Amino acid sequence: MIYLDHAATTPMRPEVWESMQPYALDVFGNSSGVHDVSRRAKNALEEAREQIAAMINAKPMEIVFTSGGTESDNLALKGVAWNRSPRSGVVTVATEHEAVLEAVDLLERFDDPATVVGVDSHGFVDREELLGALNEESAVVSLMLVNNETGLVHDLAAISAEIKAVDPEILVHTDAVQAYSSQQLDVDALGVDLMTVTGHKFGGPKGAGFLYVREGVALEPLAHGGGQELGRRSGTHDVASAVGLATAMRLAGEDRERFVAEVGLARAEFEKRVLDSVEGAVLNSPEHARSPNHCNVRIPGVRNETLLLRLDQAGVAASAGSACQSGAATVSHVLESMGLSAEQARESFRFSFGWTSTVEEAGDAADLVIDLAGQLR
Amino acid sequence: MRALVAMSGGVDSSVAAALMRDQGHDVIGVTLKLWSGPNGEAPTAGCCTVSDAEDARRVAAELDIPYYVLDYTDDFKDGVVDRFVRDYTSGQTPNPCIECNRTVKFDRLLNRLGEFDCDVLVTGHHAQVCEVDGSWALFRGADPKKDQSYVLSMLTSDQLSRLRFPVGELTKKKVRHIAAGMGMRSAHKPESMDICFVGQGDYRGFLRKQAPEVFKPGPVEDTQGNELGTHDGIVGFTVGQRRGLGVAVGEPRFVVRIEADTNTVVVGDRDDLEVTSVDVDHITWADGNAYEGPVTAQFRAHGDPVDAVLSGSTLTFDESQHAVAPGQTVAFYSGDRVMGGALISRANL
Repeated sequence: MIYLDHAATTPMRPEVWESMQPYALDVFGNSSGVHDVSRRAKNALEEAREQIAAMINAKPMEIVFTSGGTESDNLALKGVAWNRSPRSGVVTVATEHEAVLEAVDLLERFDDPATVVGVDSHGFVDREELLGALNEESAVVSLMLVNNETGLVHDLAAISAEIKAVDPEILVHTDAVQAYSSQQLDVDALGVDLMTVTGHKFGGPKGAGFLYVREGVALEPLAHGGGQELGRRSGTHDVASAVGLATAMRLAGEDRERFVAEVGLARAEFEKRVLDSVEGAVLNSPEHARSPNHCNVRIPGVRNETLLLRLDQAGVAASAGSACQSGAATVSHVLESMGLSAEQARESFRFSFGWTSTVEEAGDAADLVIDLAGQLR
Repeated sequence: MRALVAMSGGVDSSVAAALMRDQGHDVIGVTLKLWSGPNGEAPTAGCCTVSDAEDARRVAAELDIPYYVLDYTDDFKDGVVDRFVRDYTSGQTPNPCIECNRTVKFDRLLNRLGEFDCDVLVTGHHAQVCEVDGSWALFRGADPKKDQSYVLSMLTSDQLSRLRFPVGELTKKKVRHIAAGMGMRSAHKPESMDICFVGQGDYRGFLRKQAPEVFKPGPVEDTQGNELGTHDGIVGFTVGQRRGLGVAVGEPRFVVRIEADTNTVVVGDRDDLEVTSVDVDHITWADGNAYEGPVTAQFRAHGDPVDAVLSGSTLTFDESQHAVAPGQTVAFYSGDRVMGGALISRANL
């Protein structure tokens, strides 16, 4: 199998799995307990927290372990909107992940002021509209760092500075789920108060992520209970996953330079062949300001549902960008908000490369796409 | 052969997929995503959870065949649901399942067989296809109680040549037996009877939500044109209906006619439901050759076939028939062989 769906999830790095096993088997204690096996679990948890904090230039207490991207996004937005501050307004962008958009939709249904800002044809947020949407009710702005469908990278540091220049009290949240493998995440350099990261996008375990919460930011928890994570997220800790997450972050960080170079080459090979040989094929992804591993391409006259099925039959795994729970290809809200028609969105594909990708398999996959696109036209 | 199996999650299509696989064919399972919610409400997260699709997926996994969900929501909305509403609005009695078979399942999927690199389309219908004198023909299923050839009567020989119905030669009991023998989860699943997008069998509630504007009050009249009362919209009525007429009269009264032009529901007694002939349109002959003369006609999925004579577009019954309504499909048979099908455009008393 040639796996080109790394934006959906990635294979776990073997060292990550190894690092987790002791905490699934021997050191099984509840990290809130008072005895040795619990203490050892607690130590591992806090060590993972410290390692993670150091890797994003944060303090350990600013890391809230969660079940991953969706929970972190929800906790960030609902947690801020529902804290005791009088501000409860949220502003976000049309190309965000559903975890953000649906959370914002819920807040709106609960009468919290919500604004969803549009993007241009490349997917860049309309900065004028974004800043214009800010007012004295605004509590938080949520802006994705790397788009999961197109790979577009927003200039978060600059946009955050502009937001803070309008009103320094407005918090900035970023869903950085797609970013960690290709860029260092420094919360100060990015200018963010809240940041979502999940492990399985860079060789870590699924169901393990965190929300960075800048010191002083008050959050109403979504899960109330035993008061773990300083009351911000109750529930018995998944120590093995936290350890696996920290290991994956360390390994992906160490591998980053190679990743950017080699995965970039693999993608370049793929794109060159497809764009050269498939008449009319165009990139939906922006030429510049793009992560090295995402490729969103439109092949006019070829329905994504059909080509993806044929690719799967031939052993290549890719996606249509967004899939519904049933697995049916749906029309991407990201591409639609960039101005593509529903029909054009149905001719669009996401090939996403990752830490296991090679130039050779990228070339093979491209040749197959070229062959099948020819057959299907 | 490479076979694309349309899997609904029910026992028939599950066994159809298993039989094709066991005959040594390369099998791909697909489920058509047709509709978002049971009452047409938009799904909240731009996502769909179709529990039947989930059953189909699990069966495909048990059979170890690849499985995909294909999005046909637009085609289904345009070709089936909107038409269903439109037909009721114009006083007809549509059969959305037939329309779905014709426009979505067979037409669209057959046209895409090549795209999927498949040779035949397989479904779990109880009907049989055979080649007779070089032409593909449709026959009744082997289990008379489960025969579904009526709903397939609009298929042409060309379409039939690329269709296979592996369970059509089996009784339903045998199908369930095979499924149980394979430990299939769908072995004991009950039959689905409701119109899939309507849910709970209440098409009036569905219409009320989908097209509230068609619930326009109008008169209820007898066959002599005397107004007996009022109704709250013709879409609430079908020919032959006895209950809920909103008129109090001594003897049993039935809806005998719906006049969309004047928004009138006409009621009469049982005799007024007797139909001597019907006009038909959209005639499809399986072998492409138009036919006139004596035929066996069936106008309900499990109705008894009756003798009639087809002349032009008029079908005259040898004996008058009870409650036959415009919009219904009529299937033409010669013995067990399906010759063709048509839509009833007008019932003549």
